[in-house]
This record gives sequence, C-alpha cells and structure tokens, in this order.
Amino acid sequence: MARTVAVLPEAQLAALAGAYRQAVAARQRQLLLGAVVFLLALAVSVMGAEVQPATFFSKIGNFTSYFDRLLTLDSGARVWTDPVEWFWGLHRWLRLLGETLLIAYVGTLSGAALAFVGCFAASRNLVPTWLCLVVRRVLEMLRTVPDLVFAMIFVVAFGLGPLPGVLALTLHSAGTLGKLFTEVVESIDLGPVEGVAAVGGSWLARVRFGALPQVLSNFVSYTLLRLEINVRGATVIGFVGAGGIGEDLLIAIRKFFYADVSAMLVLIVLCVMLLDMASERLRHHLLALEAGK
Amino acid sequence: MTGSLRADFLTSAGPVPRAASGGALMGAAVAALVLATYIGGAVVLGVTPGRIFAGLGRLGTVFALMLPPWPDSTAHVPTYLGALGQTLAIAFLGTSLAGLFALPLGFLAAKNVVAGRVLHFLTRRVLDSVRSVDTLIWALIWINVVGLGPFAGALAIASTDLAALAKLMSEAIETADEGPVEAVLACGGGRLAVMRFGILPQVLPVFASQALYFFESNTRSATIIGIVGAGGIGLYLSEMIRVLEWREAAFLILLVLVTVAVIDAISRRLRAAIMGVRGS
Repeated sequence: MARTVAVLPEAQLAALAGAYRQAVAARQRQLLLGAVVFLLALAVSVMGAEVQPATFFSKIGNFTSYFDRLLTLDSGARVWTDPVEWFWGLHRWLRLLGETLLIAYVGTLSGAALAFVGCFAASRNLVPTWLCLVVRRVLEMLRTVPDLVFAMIFVVAFGLGPLPGVLALTLHSAGTLGKLFTEVVESIDLGPVEGVAAVGGSWLARVRFGALPQVLSNFVSYTLLRLEINVRGATVIGFVGAGGIGEDLLIAIRKFFYADVSAMLVLIVLCVMLLDMASERLRHHLLALEAGK
Repeated sequence: MTGSLRADFLTSAGPVPRAASGGALMGAAVAALVLATYIGGAVVLGVTPGRIFAGLGRLGTVFALMLPPWPDSTAHVPTYLGALGQTLAIAFLGTSLAGLFALPLGFLAAKNVVAGRVLHFLTRRVLDSVRSVDTLIWALIWINVVGLGPFAGALAIASTDLAALAKLMSEAIETADEGPVEAVLACGGGRLAVMRFGILPQVLPVFASQALYFFESNTRSATIIGIVGAGGIGLYLSEMIRVLEWREAAFLILLVLVTVAVIDAISRRLRAAIMGVRGS
C-alpha cells in the first residue's frame, strides 16, 4: 500500500492554511454578529410582548388542565365514554362546518378569478409598465390587509352572515394568488406568445393560446393550496360575525362549554386534515401530469 | 411512397383526436362540476348580485368616511405606535419560539432520521392537528393560560408555526443530500455527528429563510390577533371599526400596510443574503 502523497512546500502550505483560517474566522465573525443582532431583537421583543416567565410556569398547569376540561362532559365523565352526549349538536355543527367549507370554496374561486384577470395585467412581459405597476400595488394592498379586517368592514356594509366572509376571502385571495400567478406568467416561455403574434393573433389570442396553456396547471395547484389556507381562515371568520362555525366556537370558548369546544375542534381538525390530504394528492397528480407533458 | 405516407398519417392520426377529445370531455366535466358547486354554494350562502350591489353603496359611504385617513388629534398616535411595536414583538417572539422548537421536532418527524415508523407517524399527525387549528383559536386557548395580553398572542403564533415549520423542516431533512451523511459515517461519526455535520449544514439555510418568510406572514397575522384580546394593534383596529371611527381605522390600516411593506423589504434582503451564503 505504498503511496506517495504530494506535499506542498512549507511556505505555500502556510499561506494556504492562513487563508483558510481567515476565511473561517470571517464567517464566524459574521455568524456572531448575526447572533448578537438576533438576541438583541429577541430581548426587545420579549419586553414588548410583556413576557412573564413566572406567570407562564406557574400557570402552565392551566394549559394541561384546560385540555383536561375540554375532554370532560358536564356530567364529569370523559367525553369518549358518551359520544352521543359529546356530539349532541352534531347536526348544527356539521351544517356550520359545511357553510365554512362553502365560504372558503366560493371565496377562493372568486379570488382566483380576480387574480386570473389581474395577473395578466400585472405581468411585465404582456402589458405596458404603468398598468403593470398600478395593478401590482392594488394586489399588494389586497394581500396585506388581513381577511378578518376586510370581514369586519364588510359586516358593517353588507350585514351579518356569510356574504361578508365570502367577499373578505375573495379580496384577500385575489391579492395573494395574484402575486403567485404573476410570478408564473412572468417566467413563461415567450416563444408561443410570439408565435401567435406572428400569425396575426390579437392580445387576447396571444394570452389564450400562447400563455394560458403554459400556466394553467400551476394556477390550479396554487388555487388548491390557497383553498387549504382559506378553510382554516374561514373557521375563524365567524369571530367577527361573517358566517361559518367560528361564531359558535367563539361563544362556546367564551362561555366555557368545554365539551362543545372540543367537539367542534375535533370536527374542524378532521375536516381540515382530510381536505389537506385530498388537495395534496390532487396537486401531486397535477405535477405528475405536468411532468408527463 | 407519398400514398403510404399519407396512409400512415391517416391511421396514426385516427386515435389521437379521440384521446384528446376524451381528455377534453373529462376536463369539461370537471369544470362543469366546479362551476356548479360554485354557483350552488353562492346561492346557499346568499351571495347574490342583488345583495352585493345593495351593499356596495354602503361600502362606498364607508370608504368616503375613511378620507382623509388620519385622526383628528395626534393624542392617540403614540398609543398606536406602541401597539404596532407590540405587534412586531409578538410576531418576532412567536416565530423565534416556533423556530427554536421546530428544529428538533423536524428531526423527529423526518423519515431518514427517526427509524421508528410509529413515532414518525405520531409526530406527523400531532403536528397536522396543531396546524389545522387557526392562530386565533390558539390565542383564545392561551388567554385561558397566561391571561389577556401580547404574551398569549406570541404563544398562539408559536403554536401554529411550530407545527408548520417542523413539517417544512422534516421535508427539508428528508430531501437532504446523502453524500455528507455517508462521509461523516465513513469517518466514524456517530448518529449525533451525522445530524450535526451531515444534515444540519444543509438544512440550516433553508430553515433560516423559511423562518424569515414566516416572520413576514406573522407580522400580518399579529395585526389581527388583538381582535380576541391577545395584544397588538388589532385591539385598536377592531375597536375603531366597532365604534365606526372610520378615519382612525383607515389610519391604523395604513400604518399596518407601511410596516408590513418595510418588514417585507428587510426580510427579502436577508433571505437573499442567506441563500447567497449557501450558494457560495
């Protein structure tokens, strides 16, 4: 196993080792600086958020006992010993959960439709710059204002019920999806678009036959992702009176109807999980379809 | 020659349109189903053009009342700015807490680190359940534990994000390159050394950039967490809307818009820097 290893001259080796040590030291200094900045920000935010470790540790028992109470019926028995009593309001809750799902569905789809129109108008490669900038600012505003704030304003304008919830989710989804859609449209291959232009296609024809086929599966996949997020959002949009299961949940939490809270939470978690799984499978299917094309 | 070519073309062209039309039929059926559910849903929910147009007039009045979007007196401005700072503190603390615990949990939920299928499956399902409960619901639960205030808000954000970040982490760990892991093993490294030197350097930049991204989105969620009494600017915003002080509400919304834009810009730069470090 005799082997010769090329050994560099001592001087050259020292220079290389020195450079290595310097590079490592520079990285470590950078890391240290980052850590110090982070810790300072953390300290400021701990003060800002009025953290009381003492309260937290003395009352962390409340957390476990809260869940203990959640799992106890009014009669004192564990909830799973009497599922009928636990889910006494199943009929109403399922109806409200269905309403929640519908709010998310209609809101997401309307938002996707708006984003669909907006994204072509916000893409630098398809429209003049001034229009693109204006549409982008509007989309940015729509996605920065939280859906619950929209919901609160719309409840005043449209009255209580699912309508303001749907509109709030619509606007917020239009903002978030609009941004994602725009990114997709801006990264398309311009060849087909030019091809349609070359045979005399109008702007609409260029978008329909040049751009659309390239982006559609991405659009659908993003819309599904948004639907997952919006279902979660729709569960709390009732907190401000905009429909869905949120209002009943808020009342149950505020009035300490523990078993009701846990029953509704179980329904929500199950529903969201099933939907996530279905949507994930669908998205993978779409990706496979895209790859096969 | 040309005849046979044409025949070839004709025969081979035969099934193609049929397959395409089958796909088109399927697509049309799915589209019809999606559209029918949409219209049906809209009708069930009472989302009708008539009601929307009736409300638009009132919405116009609301927007008119929002102008100009600043309060009459500057007396409340310091309070609002304080609340805004509190919002940022909630978002930062919540994200940091989540990140701190998500890292080990991510390893626990990764298939290639934890061999036990049962443990892996259980971790995943628990994380999924925690994630499917909205931040506002977590806020209500934490208020029961630590009382009203921003601390409950930070804990609520930490709860939801802990699960989401841990899931992303575990996915990053699962897709990590096997090369460094094998190299560490070849040098005689133990399991801990594999995690520290084989996997961690690969996933840390991804993790940092994801955490920053979560911080951005948490700034947005932290603005509304005050609605249920968990601190931040949301308390004032919901109060101003409730008492129909539209100009104050518009001012608060503008404050939020500006803050979020600033945070986004800073975070985008940091993320680019982090990803740059990984690239070099």
